[in-house]
Amino acid sequence: MSSSEVLLRLEGITKTFGGIVALRDVDFEVRAGEVHALIGENGAGKSTLVKIAMGVHSADRGRLRWKGRLVSLHTPRDAHRLGIRMVPQEPTLVPQLSVGENIFLGCLPSRRALFSWIRWDELHRRARALLRELGHDLDPTRPVSELGVAEQQLVEIARALAFDAELLILDEPTSALSESETERLFQTIARLKARGLGVIYITHRMRELYQVADRVTVLRDGRRVLTTPMAEIGPEELVRAMVGRELKEYFPQREPQARGEPLLRVERLTAPGQFTDVTFSIHSGEIVGVAGLVGSGRTELVEAIFGARAYTSGTILISGRPVTIRTPADAVRQGLALVTDDRRAKGLILTASVRTNVLLSVQTRIARCGFFVNTRAERQITERLIHELRVKTPSIEHPVMLLSGGNQQKIVLARWLAVNPRIFLMDEPTQGIDVAAKAEIYELIRHLADHGAAILLVSSEWEELRHLADRILVMHRGRIVGELRREEATDDRILHLATGGGE
Amino acid sequence: MNRELPSTLADVGRIFRPEVLQSLLRRFGPLLALLLMSGALAVLSPHFLTFENILNVFRQSAINALLALGQLLVIITAGIDLSVGSVLGLCCVLVAMLLKAGVPTLGAIGATLAIGTALGMTNGLLLTKLRLPHPFIPTLGMMNVARGLALVLSGGFPISELPEDFRFWGAGTLGSIPMPVVIVLVVYALFHLFLTHTTVGRDIYAVGGNKQAALLSGIPVDQRLILVYALSGGLAALGAIVLAGRMNSGFPLAGVGAELDAIAAVIIGGASFFGGVGSVWGTLIGALIMGVLRNGLNLLDVSAYWQTTVIGVVIVIAVWVDVLRQRAVESRYRRRT
Repeated sequence: MSSSEVLLRLEGITKTFGGIVALRDVDFEVRAGEVHALIGENGAGKSTLVKIAMGVHSADRGRLRWKGRLVSLHTPRDAHRLGIRMVPQEPTLVPQLSVGENIFLGCLPSRRALFSWIRWDELHRRARALLRELGHDLDPTRPVSELGVAEQQLVEIARALAFDAELLILDEPTSALSESETERLFQTIARLKARGLGVIYITHRMRELYQVADRVTVLRDGRRVLTTPMAEIGPEELVRAMVGRELKEYFPQREPQARGEPLLRVERLTAPGQFTDVTFSIHSGEIVGVAGLVGSGRTELVEAIFGARAYTSGTILISGRPVTIRTPADAVRQGLALVTDDRRAKGLILTASVRTNVLLSVQTRIARCGFFVNTRAERQITERLIHELRVKTPSIEHPVMLLSGGNQQKIVLARWLAVNPRIFLMDEPTQGIDVAAKAEIYELIRHLADHGAAILLVSSEWEELRHLADRILVMHRGRIVGELRREEATDDRILHLATGGGE
Repeated sequence: MNRELPSTLADVGRIFRPEVLQSLLRRFGPLLALLLMSGALAVLSPHFLTFENILNVFRQSAINALLALGQLLVIITAGIDLSVGSVLGLCCVLVAMLLKAGVPTLGAIGATLAIGTALGMTNGLLLTKLRLPHPFIPTLGMMNVARGLALVLSGGFPISELPEDFRFWGAGTLGSIPMPVVIVLVVYALFHLFLTHTTVGRDIYAVGGNKQAALLSGIPVDQRLILVYALSGGLAALGAIVLAGRMNSGFPLAGVGAELDAIAAVIIGGASFFGGVGSVWGTLIGALIMGVLRNGLNLLDVSAYWQTTVIGVVIVIAVWVDVLRQRAVESRYRRRT
């Protein structure tokens, strides 16, 4: 490994944006056939660094070498020409076009004559060959709109290969994948390595590092803290390097709660094609986890309980009383809160201020006569919550768009804390946020349960469920196929149930 | 800034920092454009800066200002209302017919406002309950339906000679201020308070900023959408009352193309088609910019055909300036995204 050729080397990179230093004298290199992980908290400079490698930004100081030769990159085209490609976090494919067309978009195989007539047979044959090489049997004639996130990602990777990429940048590739899809991705990455590609791998997930990476570089506040082979560093040491201090309670242990009355009960809830016959209860003070692969109906279920989706039959009971929840507004009145997955699309008004976003649910309640805005109360509530949740923001008028992922997620939580609900439905509450913010959110979830809230926690990170939840419901194809106590919930058992093995 | 400078001077200096300049430009950019244009016209034409002419500009802008206010509410929710011009035409005919039928003035006005509101509400209901894909569709439908009804009801002819006490609302004055101007100022003040100081007003911004997030936060999104289209219809009816009063007639082709002027005023006034952004104040300036342009070009003897051309150019420039500004803000923060 160490003998193989260095593909890309960044030397002494410094970059500032309007007086703010994003990167300070950073060195970084990737070898052929190596997966080099890049980790650090949000705002540590990871994305700036890869954007410099992609020619999106140019460095103020420092040099780039490609296979030892000095190069300068001014646009992503320059990077592509060298063989550097990025697979973005959100796939950027054309949904209406086929897999094959997307792979070769920009240089579809065509005949010179006859107005560049497209040679469909060759296009599909070459696309199929590329996908096979990556270990997948995806039909290149299918439209991309039919594919799931994992398959779309595969198309992005195939696309990079089609353009002779030698260095691939993967930006949090697993953030929207289930555990089994993640496994397949890792197999694909292994094939890329075997072909001699270099990979820069950005992630927030500690466990993945040890599965996929050969070396790791930690950035903190725009500086390189360390670079080391994965085999030579333990997880605690990595976390310490990232946050610059000890995190004793990364996963706080919970004492199982004494049973009160069931606060939320769902009976035989069904929405055809989404979920079927779902029954469970949550008691006051209890955290119930929901595991399942993406597409197992988890998100649909919590959104239906919250009144954001229709269901055809079943009953929802709160404190033993059947309730009618037709809209999210009804749900809020009944004391429910929904922390959505995908906070940028469903959780936040990105262009609006911290204050506006925090007050979204509570403003009617504290308004005079329910109508006239009560500016003083609003200001007090916002400032108290920002303080309690330790949100890092210059002011409450700052647009949430400019905050880090962890702070954005805290804003979503603050909105619900403001209305003081008794039942929390949380859908991937720590998706794509850094370790320190995760720890704080875990602490908050536990604190809420300790004070009598009932919490339904949906997560793709089973480690998270094991550490927080009192019991874990496993979903497969819209049904709850099993319930595990925390102690029983090994990866194997969850995976077995989540893939339909329990039926 | 040098530390030894007196603090007042340092404060003056702070205004020239880029971020402060940008936020000032955002708030006062349209006003600045209006003042520059007015200054230029004052130099070019001795008649421009007379009291009568300024009142004239205000009066001529009144109808557009009322339609634009409704359009603003709709555009803040990331929608569009193409029907306002036709609803104005239909309401012109309706109020004239009611008055001719002997309905007392206040009764006719009330009924017309109610009908305009109901037409707007229909747009909102079609959008939310039939789940039509975009507000363009129901309001395009309403645009044709309302214009057709106006022609059917009137037989295509203007209905003239309206009662004196009705004409007061469009042609009368309060002191020396024309009634249309009084109405615009009062309605604008009320809507400013509505949008900035009530929860429903702020819900409207939230719906436009991110509909999904607003819904999942417990905001009744459909109700708010129905409300903004209803208000837009009601404001078109109010415009019809002012117009019919001023012209002493209800004519079925009133307001043809007026929806586009209203949209232009809103956009020149700094609102965003993407929703969530826009102010009553900016829209007033936007409507006045269009009024001053028309008035000034008239005073300079430029043909009406050229006026339309110039306004087209102004719209594109206004939005382009906004895009440039947006890009400047984004590039300053790109590090974080």
